[in-house]
Amino acid sequence: MKQILKFLIKNRYFLLFLMLEFFALFFTIQNHSYHKSKFINSANGLTGSIYTKVNAISSFFNLKEENKHLIEENIRLKNLLEIENIDVSSENTHLDSTKFFKRFFYTSAKIIKNEYTKPNNYLLIDKGLKNGIQSEMAVINSRGIIGVTNNVSNHNATVISILNKYLKINAGFTNSDYFGTLSWNGKDYKTVQLLDLPRQAQFKIGDTIITGGKSNTFPKGILVGKIKNFEKTNNVYQIINITLFNDMSSLNNVNIITNLQRNEIQQLEKLNNE
Amino acid sequence: MSKTVENIILFFVALLLQVILFNNIKLFNYINPYIYIIFIIYYPLKKEKGLFLFLSFLLGLSVDFFSDSGGINAAATLFIAYIRLPLLSTILRKSDFDYLLFRLRSIPFLKSLTYIFFLTFTHHLLLYSLEYFSFNEFKTILTKTFITSLFTVLLILLGIILFTKKR
Repeated sequence: MKQILKFLIKNRYFLLFLMLEFFALFFTIQNHSYHKSKFINSANGLTGSIYTKVNAISSFFNLKEENKHLIEENIRLKNLLEIENIDVSSENTHLDSTKFFKRFFYTSAKIIKNEYTKPNNYLLIDKGLKNGIQSEMAVINSRGIIGVTNNVSNHNATVISILNKYLKINAGFTNSDYFGTLSWNGKDYKTVQLLDLPRQAQFKIGDTIITGGKSNTFPKGILVGKIKNFEKTNNVYQIINITLFNDMSSLNNVNIITNLQRNEIQQLEKLNNE
Repeated sequence: MSKTVENIILFFVALLLQVILFNNIKLFNYINPYIYIIFIIYYPLKKEKGLFLFLSFLLGLSVDFFSDSGGINAAATLFIAYIRLPLLSTILRKSDFDYLLFRLRSIPFLKSLTYIFFLTFTHHLLLYSLEYFSFNEFKTILTKTFITSLFTVLLILLGIILFTKKR
């Protein structure tokens, strides 16, 4: 007993070091698995409020850029309205709002922490549980896809950026129904990769990629980017590089999409699995 | 000012400078200097290093909280805090120190540069290895470690030269 005590006292710093290092590695490994709830994240009261205060100052510098984005979005929406002009003059048109089921609900938020140089990037937004944000909601802006919410606290939420190795999103083409998986190889923050595309899919450089709507997070048709280049061996597409429409290095205002049918779909999927 | 207050201020200044200012410096969209380890480099030498180890761990963990990175900063910072004393005694070829009178500015410049560079390099290597967590990315880890270390060392040297008195 005395020997053990002596040993403990003699090596107390080393043992303290080992213990703390064990904790640090435990948090690291936990962070590497995507779906687990995490203890270390920036969506808590203290870090959230500090980032909010800093952002209140720094957001003034982006006003010009943000104005440009808003004008761009306005123009895009006006053009969409022109395309889908409902002919109200015809007598056959009935607009009965009870017939339409609203499937998606949009909430606005602001990015208060942005990163894009790491292999796994996380963002922080200024809305949380109190604003109806939950985990696994889609985050987009006027130029397209940004990410999916992850940890949510009362006033803040972390977002897994599209620039994160653990995020896989279903995406496809505007002109055909083939779809693949969108992921990032951790290299360039302007390009992402489309994988698992069937070999009969036809496309060319410059085609627009949109979300496929096969998951219950993203609605169909959210903009992603343009095809930059692709490699093909034995008629199988290896890697398709996509230039993002979004500039991930300067993000400010975003929209969060709530899927109002999510519970219903999840229940159905549960029934299928049983 | 008493030494304890000075150390507490150093802790918070290092943390806030890192998360508010230096985490937003992405030089060439690539280099993100980690200057908060100036706390480990500058913390006074003591024979009792239990508190120092714990504070280093806490500092790393706080940076992790702000940057959603699990425990990579905590692990790397704790490691360099543990090897600090053996490293110094190897560089200065001394087995025992005059703990109270030791000042970083009082040792030869080349030796203190070696000390700062070695600590920074070890910290960054551990940090990026844990962040990428894959052997396939070994080349990326090494280049990133090397380039970022140079930049961090430069900033830390500037900080020490500007804000401390030469004795």
